[in-house]
Amino acid sequence: MAYPMYEVDWSVLPPDQNRRFNPAFNIATIKQVVNEAIERVAPVSVRMQTPTRLRDLIRQIRAARTAAEERSVVNKECAYIRSTFREEDSVWSRCRNIAKLLYIHMLGYPAHFGQLECLKLIASPRFTDKRVGYLGAMLLLDERQDVHLLITNCLKNDLNSNTQFVVGLALCTLGAIASPEMARDLASEVERLIKSPNAYIKKKAALCAFRIIRRVPDLMEMFLPATRSLLTEKNHGVLITGVTLITEMCENSPDTLNHFKKIVPNLVRILKNLILAGYSPEHDVSGVSDPFLQVKILRLLRILGKNDAEASEAMNDILAQVATNTETSKNVGNTILYETVLSIMDIKSESSLRVLAINILGRFLLNNDKNIRYVALNTLLRTVHVDTSAVQRHRTTILECLKDPDVSIRRRAMELSFALINSQNIRAMMKELLLFLERSDAEFKAHCSSAMVLAAERYAPSNKWHLDTLFQVLLKAGNYLRDDTVSNTIQIISSAPGERQAYASQRLWISLERSAVCGDSTEKQPLIQVAAWTIGEYGDMLVSEASNAISMVDDDGVDEFVRPSEEYVIDIYQKLLWSTQLSITTKEFLLLSLAKLSTRFTTQPSQDKIRVIIDTFGSHIHIELQQRGVELSQLFRQYANLRPALLERMPPMEPVTTVEREDSDTETEPATIVQQNSLPEQDALLDLIIGSEPLSNGDVEHAAPAVANNNTTTNDILDLLSGLDLSTPSAQPPPLSAPMSSVFTTPMSVANNNVSPALLDGLFTSAAPMPQMQAPETVVTALERNGLRVELHVQRGGETATITMKAHSSANSAMSEFLFQAAVPRTFRLDMMSPSGSVLTPQGEITQLLKITNPSKTPLRLRIRISYTIDGNPVLEQAEVNNFPPDLFN
Amino acid sequence: MMQFMLLFSRQGKLRLQKWYVAHPDKLKKKITRELITTVLARKPKMCSFLEWKDVKVVYKRYASLYFCCAMEQEDNELLTLELIHRYVELLDKYFGSVCELDIIFNFEKAYFILDELVLGGELQETSKKNVLKAIAAQDLLQEEETPQGFFEDHGLG
Repeated sequence: MAYPMYEVDWSVLPPDQNRRFNPAFNIATIKQVVNEAIERVAPVSVRMQTPTRLRDLIRQIRAARTAAEERSVVNKECAYIRSTFREEDSVWSRCRNIAKLLYIHMLGYPAHFGQLECLKLIASPRFTDKRVGYLGAMLLLDERQDVHLLITNCLKNDLNSNTQFVVGLALCTLGAIASPEMARDLASEVERLIKSPNAYIKKKAALCAFRIIRRVPDLMEMFLPATRSLLTEKNHGVLITGVTLITEMCENSPDTLNHFKKIVPNLVRILKNLILAGYSPEHDVSGVSDPFLQVKILRLLRILGKNDAEASEAMNDILAQVATNTETSKNVGNTILYETVLSIMDIKSESSLRVLAINILGRFLLNNDKNIRYVALNTLLRTVHVDTSAVQRHRTTILECLKDPDVSIRRRAMELSFALINSQNIRAMMKELLLFLERSDAEFKAHCSSAMVLAAERYAPSNKWHLDTLFQVLLKAGNYLRDDTVSNTIQIISSAPGERQAYASQRLWISLERSAVCGDSTEKQPLIQVAAWTIGEYGDMLVSEASNAISMVDDDGVDEFVRPSEEYVIDIYQKLLWSTQLSITTKEFLLLSLAKLSTRFTTQPSQDKIRVIIDTFGSHIHIELQQRGVELSQLFRQYANLRPALLERMPPMEPVTTVEREDSDTETEPATIVQQNSLPEQDALLDLIIGSEPLSNGDVEHAAPAVANNNTTTNDILDLLSGLDLSTPSAQPPPLSAPMSSVFTTPMSVANNNVSPALLDGLFTSAAPMPQMQAPETVVTALERNGLRVELHVQRGGETATITMKAHSSANSAMSEFLFQAAVPRTFRLDMMSPSGSVLTPQGEITQLLKITNPSKTPLRLRIRISYTIDGNPVLEQAEVNNFPPDLFN
Repeated sequence: MMQFMLLFSRQGKLRLQKWYVAHPDKLKKKITRELITTVLARKPKMCSFLEWKDVKVVYKRYASLYFCCAMEQEDNELLTLELIHRYVELLDKYFGSVCELDIIFNFEKAYFILDELVLGGELQETSKKNVLKAIAAQDLLQEEETPQGFFEDHGLG
């Protein structure tokens, strides 16, 4: 029912047993009395409608059965409240109306029209009015409101009131909604109140000062003298607020931190008294004396003792005492231990104390309470860089936490596991992490798989293990895998020794076949892509007799490999190619791979079968695949003689570091490799064109003039082509026919496997907008300040420019919480990928990918904002970048 | 420092909100809505902490009410649980075995108590007795100046 419990309860009791029940004094009569009272006070205005009491309004709203009903009650009441605001009415109704409005506001309805009424209440001399008025001000105003000037005056008056509770209300409100202007205007009042002899006012003033300093750090100086004396008080309220204020000041400036170093003995004494003092009912929490104050002091000690041997020495004993004497059966004891461990690990403490701290964390890890386990993982993560070997001891427990049903704990355990990986334990750790990856939620898969790829790259004990792990990651992360893993894996396979390549093709064949048969290939497209590339390159090794010689026994001792027949491989390809679910990129991989297989497989029936499949793509609905289909089928007809040479195995790819590989992306995938290490690729291209014997001069002639006629913008490929020594100059430049251009498109794209056809389209056809895929990266330095250099590497691509932000630090300390933000004018569209990290180590680098789409082709202006914390000080840098190349988008 | 505190029911109805950071109303509503959904979706056996956006959410359920605090990264999560518990104890002492309905019908009292416990997002008083004493004294002030029978149960009618 909609009535509150206690009303229902009364009615159950018979009247004679219910002391609260009085038949002559029921709700209706109370209402009547109140209404009469109101009518006496406010004769005209209120009478137009009976005012609802707050509790009645709440009851009415709760009785509403539908949202519409509730809305109608609220709207009616709001209309009434508005009407009373317009008239200066009864002394008490404003207070009640604001209270009603606050309830309505909590339900999510607009209530801003009550703001000024709150101020009127605050200005009233009555305490009740002020109490409700300040409550309303805290809920309805925040520091963005214009009414702040008015409220500042009210606050100033009340801060000088003789009633401590009025001063208290004003301080409380100031603490909650202080804007920088208010903080400046009222700082001196607050400073005066910190010195008040009244503890009730003192503590509130101290926290107000804390907020003022948060808002306006410059105001800190004026509070310094008053602050120190706070620690000499006995009252715990004053002590805890004093410690909070000092903590804020110390975090604010290194000078103040030094200034407060001398209070370490005072803090130690206060803490000691807390621990040693007997039971005091006022501050006791399950047997621990004032844990709130203890934790605050421990935290301040940590800040004061950091990087200071002398201060650390002074607090060693008390930390040891807290760590050993605290009762751990309850949450509150663990709270203090947790804070103590953090302090021990942060200051220059004795090694025995550190062992003690790590052992406490070890106990925490085994605790049944999930909260304690979470805290333990969190703390271990913070201390792992200080003492890795100590944390390593808890590795098994941490790995257990990967299986926890709670996502908060799993996330912490995962991060900690990655921090613990080294070359000794990589095999065992990866095994566990692979299991975790397989079962983990979607939100973890991307992060986890890329961290695994990085770890594997860094610590791989052998090349075979590295490949196996990558395949497992590909299999288990599915589509959540970051795109660069595909090119990364392909590169590793390509530079591996021949036997390993055969092994890779066999392993990947097993996965490819399995997912094609099970029909889950759409969820594992990165895997399909890598498999397609590998089988395309090394398909001959896959089907040859020699493949039996390679041991395919996996970790579980099972050999699953069955040498497939050529026809069967092609059947699987056909199945995948004709699937409607696979992405275009994946099909591109498959189609090229299939074309390559035509030179790897020797029997005539399989050749024919491949040709049939490729021919069907000549009429594919997707233009890109259609073009490839047409081009490739030419290689089976008039240009069949070119095929073996064009589809030759690729030379080993140059390794690229992971950071550089960040800029790959699904859409541009096929192009990225070329862009990244354009030089070696172009050399390969050059070799190919020169080296391919069947490419007669005549063929090149046709192309060269066409290229020249195109009069296209500068292009590396162009230079390359014109640099070829074309012996016989063309006498009769024939019109460029479509199949002809295809021939040229095909060899190169096939040879490189990853060259975007768009590039070649631009070269050989005279289509007007010419994408400059091959244009060199332009580097724009956006910011260079305080050892931070931010470069923007710009790659053009028609309407969309891909910008890689590279932040490089030459500062001496790490920059944490590094955040790069960018804004573009409204006609642009900006997509930002997630950054490679948030901590910028000295000489380290953070990259982030931005994609800017600009349909209007106006010059790009980019506004950037970078925030980070260095040595505990937050830094904010802003800049506008408008020195991009003018022809960025065309 | 606490950024905000929310009290909401198992049905996802907001019962109390206290903000110590300045956000536009629209953003507050969005945060409230999203956080309530996230917390309610968690299973009872899970831990009380949630890394959510840039804050650390510490929550605990008492009967039908969720008490939910958004803290900063450096804050002690376990201590925040103690803080929530302290607030519940105070409500319990004040109302006498508090239930959700007490907080609905006397929400202003719940705010007044919170304001005597926490100021500007930091704890201001570690003694339960002192908090209740301050509240009682202020209630008395209010009662003395209010016409008899106008606001029942020292409330606002």
